[in-house]
This record gives sequence, C-alpha cells and structure tokens, in this order.
Amino acid sequence: MKRFAQIAALSLAATTLPALAEQMTVVSFGGAYGDVQQKSMLEPFMEKTGNKLLFESYSGGVAELKSQVESGNILWDVIDMEVIDVERACSEGLLEEFPMDTLPPGDDGTPAKDDFSPAALENPCGVAQIVWTILYAYNTETIGGGHPSSMADFFDTKKFPGKRALRKRPQVNMEWALLADGVPADKVYDMLTTEEGQARAFAKLDSIKNDIVWFDSWSQAPQLLNDGGAVMVQSANGRFFDAIQKDKKPFVMVWDGHVYDLDVWSIVKGSKHKKLAEDFIRFATGSKPLAAMPSIAYGPTRQSSYAYVDKDLVSKLPSAHLDEGMHASSVFWADYGESLGEKFNEWLLK
Amino acid sequence: MSGVELTQAEKRTFDRTQRKARRTALLFVAPLLLFIVVSFVLPIGTMLFRSVYHPAVAELIPATLQKLKAWDETSNTIPEPDALQVFAGELKTLVENKTFGKLAEEINRSSPGASSLIKSTARKMSRLDDAELQSKGDQALLDAGKQWSNPNLWRSIKKAGNVFTGAYYLTAVDMERNGEGRVVSRKTQIYTDLYVKSLKIALYITLLTGLIGFPLAYYLANAPERTANVLMVFVLLPFWTSLLVRTTAWMALLQTNGVINSVLQSLHIISEPLELLYTQFSTIIAMTHILLPFMILPLYSVMKGIDPSYFRAALSLGAKPIPAFMRIYLPMTTPGFSAGALLVFIISIGYYITPALVGGVDGQMISNLIAFHMQSSNNWELAAALGSLLLVLILAMYWLYDRLVGVSNLKLG
Repeated sequence: MKRFAQIAALSLAATTLPALAEQMTVVSFGGAYGDVQQKSMLEPFMEKTGNKLLFESYSGGVAELKSQVESGNILWDVIDMEVIDVERACSEGLLEEFPMDTLPPGDDGTPAKDDFSPAALENPCGVAQIVWTILYAYNTETIGGGHPSSMADFFDTKKFPGKRALRKRPQVNMEWALLADGVPADKVYDMLTTEEGQARAFAKLDSIKNDIVWFDSWSQAPQLLNDGGAVMVQSANGRFFDAIQKDKKPFVMVWDGHVYDLDVWSIVKGSKHKKLAEDFIRFATGSKPLAAMPSIAYGPTRQSSYAYVDKDLVSKLPSAHLDEGMHASSVFWADYGESLGEKFNEWLLK
Repeated sequence: MSGVELTQAEKRTFDRTQRKARRTALLFVAPLLLFIVVSFVLPIGTMLFRSVYHPAVAELIPATLQKLKAWDETSNTIPEPDALQVFAGELKTLVENKTFGKLAEEINRSSPGASSLIKSTARKMSRLDDAELQSKGDQALLDAGKQWSNPNLWRSIKKAGNVFTGAYYLTAVDMERNGEGRVVSRKTQIYTDLYVKSLKIALYITLLTGLIGFPLAYYLANAPERTANVLMVFVLLPFWTSLLVRTTAWMALLQTNGVINSVLQSLHIISEPLELLYTQFSTIIAMTHILLPFMILPLYSVMKGIDPSYFRAALSLGAKPIPAFMRIYLPMTTPGFSAGALLVFIISIGYYITPALVGGVDGQMISNLIAFHMQSSNNWELAAALGSLLLVLILAMYWLYDRLVGVSNLKLG
C-alpha cells in the first residue's frame, strides 16, 4: 500500500511539474495561405521558443469554436478568423481578450499603436494580421469575346453569357448587387439596412439567378473557373493569385467593387495555453513574419512590414486597390447577418 | 384446487433463481442499453430540451425582466422609467462582466439591427456612475438611440426573457407571434415548403429504388447460385465504398464538362452541355444509387424464401402468368418491399451530405438548413426545433405506415 502511494505521488508530481515545452494547437485556413503561415510564423516560433505547435485547418465560421467553449472541451488555442466571425464570437464570449498594449513595436521602432492600421486593433479579441479581399476573376480561355472590367459586367449576362459562381451566403453578394445597380460604395450599407434596399439587392441578384453556380468553400472557386463550371468566379484574391502565379492559369482578377476585410489571430476562451498563445500572436504579428504574407497577395496590417516586401508585390496587394473597392462592415453583418441569412435562403429556394 | 401447490419456501427459491436469471440477462444487455442511452436517448433528449429551454436572457437581465412583468406590451407605450433605469444599470453590469454581446446577439434574433444598438448603448451606460444611472438612467438610455422609444424593441426583450419558449417551433413552421400576441405567418417563408420538398424527394427516391431494385432482386433470387453470388458482389461493392467517394463520382459524371456531357456532346446528341449537377435531379439520382442496396437486400432475402412451387401451382391451375404474378408472388414480397421502402424513405429524408454536395440550391433538403443553423447562423435552438419536427414527421410517417401496411409485416433479412 505504501509503495502504491509512493508511485501515485510520484506520477502526480510528474504531471503537475511545470512542463518545459508546451504543445498548443493553431487553427487556420489551409491552402497556400496556411503554407505561408506555417513557414513564416509557426516554424520560426517553434524554433525560437522550443514549444510545439500543431497546425490544423478549418473552413471558417464559429460553430466548432462555440461547441468547444460550450462543452468546456477546448482543443484549439489560437484561431485565424474573419473579422465578421470575430465580431460575433467576441461578443458572445467565445474568445479571450487580447492585451493590445503588449504588442511589440515594429522593427523600425514605431510603437505598435501607430504601426498597425487602426482597423487592425479595433476588436478587443484579436490582432488583425492581413488585409484580403473578395473579388471576381475570369478565365481568358472561356470568357469568349470582350473582357469584363466592372461589377456591372459581372451582372450583365447579355454582354458576357455564361455561368457565374458565388459563395452561398448573403455576405458580399448583397453588396455586389447594389454596387452593380449603381449604388455608390459608401451608401451600400445604409441602403441594406432598409427593406427597400434589401429588396433592390435581391432584385438585382434575381436578374442573374439562373446563371449562378453556388459553392461553399473558397477552395472550390479556382476549380470552377478552371474546369469551365463558370466563366466568372468570386473568391479571395490570394486564391486566384496563387493559381495565376504557381499554376500559370489564364485568370484575370477584376478589382472593381472588391470587398476587403481583415483576418485576425485570436485566442479561444478557456485555452489552457493562454500565455503561450499570446506570445505566439505577438510573434506572428511582428514586422518580419507579416512581411511573408504578400507572397500570396495578402497585405500585412503593419506599416513596418512593407520595408521587407518586394516592390512588385506591393502593387498586387488589396491595399493598392482600396479606392476601387469597399470595406466589409462587420457591425452591419453582426446586426443583419442572421435575418438576411434567412431571407437569402428563402430567395434561393423560390 | 389442483393437486400440486408450491410451499412458501419453494416459491421463494423459485423467485430468487428467477431474479438472478433476470439480473444476469440484464448484465448481458447492459452495455447495449448504456450505449443506446448515451448515444441516442441523451442527445435526442437534449435536442428536444434545447428547442424549448432558453435561459440565456433571463440569466443576463433578471431585474429588468422582473420590472417588465408589470408592463402591458399590447399597449403602444414603452415601459415605465424605473424599468428603464434598472435596465440601464444591468447593461452597465453586463459590460463589466463582458457578457453584453451575448444579450445583443439574443435580442438581435427577433429585432435585426438591435445588436449594434445594444452594444453601443451598453458602452455608453458603462461610462455613467451608479448614482447617475439611478436618477437619470432612463433618459440616458433614450438618448442613446431613438430605437429605445420603440415599443417593438421592448417587446422583443420581454419575449426573449421567457425561459421556456415555443417561439422556435413557430419559426420552424414559418409562423411568429405578432405584437398583440397572436400567431401569424412570417414574412419569410422557408421551412414548411422545404419539409414538403424533402418528403417529395424522399418519396421519389423510394419509388425509384423500388422500380430498379425489384426486378434486380427478383433476378438475383432466381438466378443460379454462382451467377447470383457474382452479381451480389456488384450490389455490395458500392455499398461498402465510402459515401463521399460515391458522391464525388457522381459529381465527376454530372458536371458541365463531366463524363455524361462529354459523351453526349461527342456523339452530337446535344450541342450545349446539359445542366445536370447542382439540381434536384442530381440529388435524386445520386441518392437513389447510394440507397439502392437498402432496397435490394431485404427484397432479395424475402424473395429467396418464397417457395417457387406456389407460383407454379397457380400456373398449373390455369392462371395466366401476369395475374398469377400479381396475385401470388407480389403479395408475398410485401414484407421485403415495405422494409426496404421504409429504410430508404427514412434514411433519405434526413440525408445531408449528398444534397449538400450535388444538390446545389434546387436539391437542398430540410437537413441542409438544420446544418446551416448549426454551423453558420449559430442558431442552435432553431436547429433543434427543426430537427425535432423532422423526428416527429418521421414518427408520423411510421405510424401511418403501420396503419396501412403493418409493421409486423417487416422483414429485414
């Protein structure tokens, strides 16, 4: 019995001893995006600190996060999220707040507060790392005659016959419909809060309804454009950029009416490695790790990163096209995401 | 009185051995019972409970809800100033606990646009001190946004405060309670149509599997054993293949530049590719293929057990082949057919992956919207209500089936 107690005490001590290296799970979107994060953020961090990071991918949304937090079975520690989701997850208490004042200054010495673009630190639950955008691209081999150049062209099936592929959700599509209908970018969200504005957007979408192919994940988009499933396809700019750069696809991106947004690193509420997670975010949003993101056409959120970025790439980032597009409003979508989601489903089924 | 009567002692021994036997039997089935409870009864129970139990708002603003009890929501006025003051105070506490977002989210569900209003108002209230809130909280609240003077918003708050609610079930059948508390149909109509559509799709699939499966099962049951065994492998092999693989195969076949379109185009039967993928047609055809074995296997096992001499006897007694088949053979296959039909119907009505992948918009079923509310809109209560209704619908179909055909008629193998 005594021996048993000794063993028990020993093994208990072994498990409660402060672990020298921690193992933490980081979750992000896969693809080329995930590869760059792995190389520029996770690997250097592991090397520097000796901790082990597991890297998993997911397809966005808050469902998995919510079920982990609600059941108390936290498997993830750090997540890469779209701002629309962060806004919701943060206000529902699914994320830890991040101490913004602990962010290190840029490599050129600029304090973090001035180095980051203001929008990047707006949400208390995370630090934005990249500016990305949603736009459409066409395939020069399947588009036929002329070349679409504006949002109105996307909705013009007479001039450009053929299928268009959109992600199956109201976000961005409602904005695009109003933009194509001639609403100026700064009036779009005001219009969408009214019944008439929503009806106008749906009417515009109606005009191409029979020509739309719907998909669920960004990774399907370049595929649809490639195999001729659609002649114009909506996706994140990095997805197209990667296909053009790496696979030499004959795709052309159209910047008119693009809807840009940020992506955020945040920490799951109740994470067992909160301190390490904060360390990781401080590291990953440093000037140098962020400077790797433009290689897949996503713009870093801090100014000091641009010193490391190839001048050719800078012109291909969403930041070089800001005046052609509009900023996605996470506040609007927190307010109307659910009701428009229902109306959108109804419209789809009509 | 009959001759043999047990003594008390004998009776006790008998009871004891009986009890022991029953305990042993229970021990044998205990793992199964436990498994059923944990994996089936508990989740479904939780789902049913979740669809009506909704304590979030009641826990967040208990004092306000207490005050709101006195307010008559059918009148066209907003609640008394003291209720407003209490609410302003509670908003401040929610900001301190960082739970005001939760309240905003909940109220937003019935009043779209309330989320940002509640969040910004709560932040404003948190800047006031307690004395100010107690004396001028109501005015501060009304100044924070003109929406606060709208009785509809207060109705939403009061409604969301109910711990037990049937509101999600009303939504699930496209109804809602209006300002006066009457049940009216909602502006957005999605779910009832979709239930009907799901039933229709399930019915088509059941009929198709029956039409294709019956002759095949008949042939299998009557072919020489060697042929039957080989053919059976062709039925079972797809059955053992992963669902996703089979669905993806259908995507490859049906897509715009897929196998079917390419073949038809190269044969010059069509000039433009047909629109096959992402339609109701592709949902039905892919699911028919996937569920076919569930029809063939019970039919086959029943047909295998039918003595061919009955049919021969009918013929030799002068019946023509077709009437003999209809009146002798067909009725005997009913147990197999009804088992197969019930299986296919019930499985297909709750199907989710295949419609999601090949169905596009047109071929969506109710299960896809349940998944949508679980994964995207985060409205788990509504998903639970929709799921519970689906369960009730299936039970009702089962009951109807029992009345018409009789469940004792089932034969699964």
